[in-house]
Amino acid sequence: MKNQIGSGKNDHNPRNPVTFSKRKFRFSDWFAEQVIRAVAFLAIAIVILIFIFVFREAFPIFRMDQTKTSASTELVQENYGGTETVPSSTPQEKTKSESPEIQVTTIDKPSSTLLSKAWMPVSDNPRYGLIPLFLGTLKVTLIALIFAAPISILAAIYTALFAKPRVREIIKPVIELLAGFPSVVIGFFALMVLATIFQDIFHYASRLNSFVGGVAMALAAIPIIYTLTEDALTAVPKTYTEASLGLGASRRQTAFYVVLPTAVPGIFAAVVLGLGRIFGETMIALMATGNAAMSGINPFESVRTLSATIGAEMAEVVFGDTHYNVLFLIGSLLFIFTFALNALAEFYIKNMVVRRYQSKK
Amino acid sequence: MLNNYLFMDEIKVKVKDLSLYYGASQALKKISMEIPEKKVTAFIGPSGCGKSTFLRTLNRMNDLIDNVTIEGEVIIDNTNIYDKNIDVVNLRKKVGMIFQKSNPFAKSVYDNIAFGPRINGIKQKSVLDEIVERSLRQAAIWDEIKDRLFNSALGLSGGQQQRLCIARTLAVNPEIILMDEPASALDPISTSKIEELIQELKKEYTIIIVTHNMQQAARTSDLTAFFYMGDLVEMNKTEIIFSNPAKKQTEDYISGRFG
Repeated sequence: MKNQIGSGKNDHNPRNPVTFSKRKFRFSDWFAEQVIRAVAFLAIAIVILIFIFVFREAFPIFRMDQTKTSASTELVQENYGGTETVPSSTPQEKTKSESPEIQVTTIDKPSSTLLSKAWMPVSDNPRYGLIPLFLGTLKVTLIALIFAAPISILAAIYTALFAKPRVREIIKPVIELLAGFPSVVIGFFALMVLATIFQDIFHYASRLNSFVGGVAMALAAIPIIYTLTEDALTAVPKTYTEASLGLGASRRQTAFYVVLPTAVPGIFAAVVLGLGRIFGETMIALMATGNAAMSGINPFESVRTLSATIGAEMAEVVFGDTHYNVLFLIGSLLFIFTFALNALAEFYIKNMVVRRYQSKK
Repeated sequence: MLNNYLFMDEIKVKVKDLSLYYGASQALKKISMEIPEKKVTAFIGPSGCGKSTFLRTLNRMNDLIDNVTIEGEVIIDNTNIYDKNIDVVNLRKKVGMIFQKSNPFAKSVYDNIAFGPRINGIKQKSVLDEIVERSLRQAAIWDEIKDRLFNSALGLSGGQQQRLCIARTLAVNPEIILMDEPASALDPISTSKIEELIQELKKEYTIIIVTHNMQQAARTSDLTAFFYMGDLVEMNKTEIIFSNPAKKQTEDYISGRFG
């Protein structure tokens, strides 16, 4: 094998010819690459470790058997502000209702109560029904989305496609400033101001409820949905706008028939990410939703969301208790949902965008 | 300078002392010219000489850019398009535009063509079908893509996309078609197809084309205007510009001494 190519002499520096026939090891390059790689993998490792931790703590709930405990006094039902009265004749409680003198009661298998409608983790017969928590979260999320999505999308359409540059330079940073508000401040505002205003308007019974919480969460989600929608709209190639206007379309027609349809995947991603924000929002939920685990559909009833449940109860729970495990189970569910939402936004929508902008060949 | 080449033609566009400023810098300096109907007029000149900017003043596309000031008049069919009462939307229907980079919408071929008629309120399927077919035939692309009408327009080749854009413009029945370097991103075969198409279209439309390619100007146009540094240096019949230009600058540019 000839190696003549690399051995030619460099005219400028004849004593130090540049050769490229042999690979040279450059320590600083190698080192920098390894450090960057390590940092990148560290981030992934942290995510995986959190994942494992949360799931490990949640897992025992599915292995617990029926256990017997002696109840010292008569049963005291605890129900967080709910209207639900637990009749003593429910099948699970037959034992104790038939023979109240015998102060031994069968505690339901914790995992079997997960689908019940009662969230009573600290009663003598604790039940960990996640359904009211789910319904509460769903209600708040929907209300928040109903307010946040149209407002932020329309605001984004205005600033991206209609507003004069000077107006845009004022509106955009102001809306984005809202993203920097600590959620506790928004929660406080909802608790003190929004709740009173809405009660005056709608005359509902419980001051803090899913409607107040939803509106407050919309405030938290608006900047996210707005910013991402704005980006999606401004990312639509200018050639589209020019083509449309060149064909004699008005600005409105161009905005709604050309730019908006092209940006739909991006806007959808914006809404999904806003949904993730609302879904996981804890402080506002804790402060403004009333925290009663009720499962009605009336928006003016108090609710308890999944994340607020963890926020409120984790500090007081007995370490290693069933209740502790159930809270971790809720945590894992939140984790899975937000993960699924983000994955949806990331992969499905990116594919749609790619398909839209690129030719099929 | 004007008129010696125009004695037999109807004037479609008349420009009087048109100046354009981007902020404080002047991009067009008192341009005056007359463009005849149903002819091909080519604008040539080095990059940055203002020919594209000038082309875009003819359907007020420069309105989209902030900080642009325009003085002077552009008269199309006896109306100054820079009058305050002008309806820009309808002006752009009358003066269509083809861009340097083909820009079909991310829709099907059919929806691309039907976009213009639809925004004008035509909803009837049979009418739209007819417009789509007629426009694609006029743009000499019907035979190639008649089986792919409902596929994405982005799946077409570059040359097909550009002819699709021409068809899309034709679908709104313009009188004047502005083309901003329509073939600069295309291969020679696609380019020659576009040039043939221009020859076809000038029977019915007034065509104004900006080009970097001087052979293209020589091949396709009836009149050629040479721009330099925001000035209109010379405008005349194409054969005269390319064989016997009046100005030294024009001759230097055409013979490749600068630009």
